[in-house]
Amino acid sequence: MSYINAFLVGGAICAVGQVLIDKTKLTPARILVLFVVSGVFLTALGIYQKLVDFAGAGATIPLTGFGYNLAKGVFNEVDQTGLTGALTGGFKAAAAGLGAVITFGYIMSVVAKPKAKR
Amino acid sequence: MNKNFTKQEYSKYVKSVSPNSKLFINIIKAFVVGGIICVIGQMIFNWLKGRGLDPEMVSGLTSTIMIFLGAFFTALNIYDELGRFAGAGSIVPITGFANSVVSPAMEFKTEGYIMGTAAKMFVIAGPVIVFGICSSVLVGIIHYFIS
Repeated sequence: MSYINAFLVGGAICAVGQVLIDKTKLTPARILVLFVVSGVFLTALGIYQKLVDFAGAGATIPLTGFGYNLAKGVFNEVDQTGLTGALTGGFKAAAAGLGAVITFGYIMSVVAKPKAKR
Repeated sequence: MNKNFTKQEYSKYVKSVSPNSKLFINIIKAFVVGGIICVIGQMIFNWLKGRGLDPEMVSGLTSTIMIFLGAFFTALNIYDELGRFAGAGSIVPITGFANSVVSPAMEFKTEGYIMGTAAKMFVIAGPVIVFGICSSVLVGIIHYFIS
């Protein structure tokens, strides 16, 4: 059952991205920025948590989930350490993801054979 | 539907209909591929959870594995093929974020491992991190003052 929810919600979030690409001519980079920022604000408004509870990976795997992670981390840190938590919380929550992206990304890029242009 | 179109009317009709059906097909592709990627994420999540790991660690580890897969398949030139087919379905998931790091880094390898590969990793990821962190700081400050 969790797979069906993940499929439907994850698919729907990606479909929204596709509509934005086709209808507004936003570049993929802008779409990604928009999704992360939307994730942060939807989490701050308490909406995204409900989506995560319902769809699991369907809500955390799309990039809005990265924003969700940032906002959740910031809230936890602010509750525990006060105002400095606003600065440290996001990076703390994103540490695993950013560490993985930088390390795997660099290693893969160095090892990979450059692609043939099509 | 009236079938007695003149040639002009028909071509006008085709023009009005075809961009939408192309959009529709693109949306279906994005929906299905994006959905499948999320299902893979859910499978990894459930598998890790089944091994009795701490819930907080499970979601971090799931993203880590998904990022690894995204970077790996980009390095094999498979992910960009998928992107050509699936559009946002492969861009929006976190595997697409990994792809946006590795793809330009590979392309600019000829400019060296520092100013080529390492610098170009952040062509797209940089703005995402900047806007993500800035907006999280903003909501953190708001949270501090209203709670």
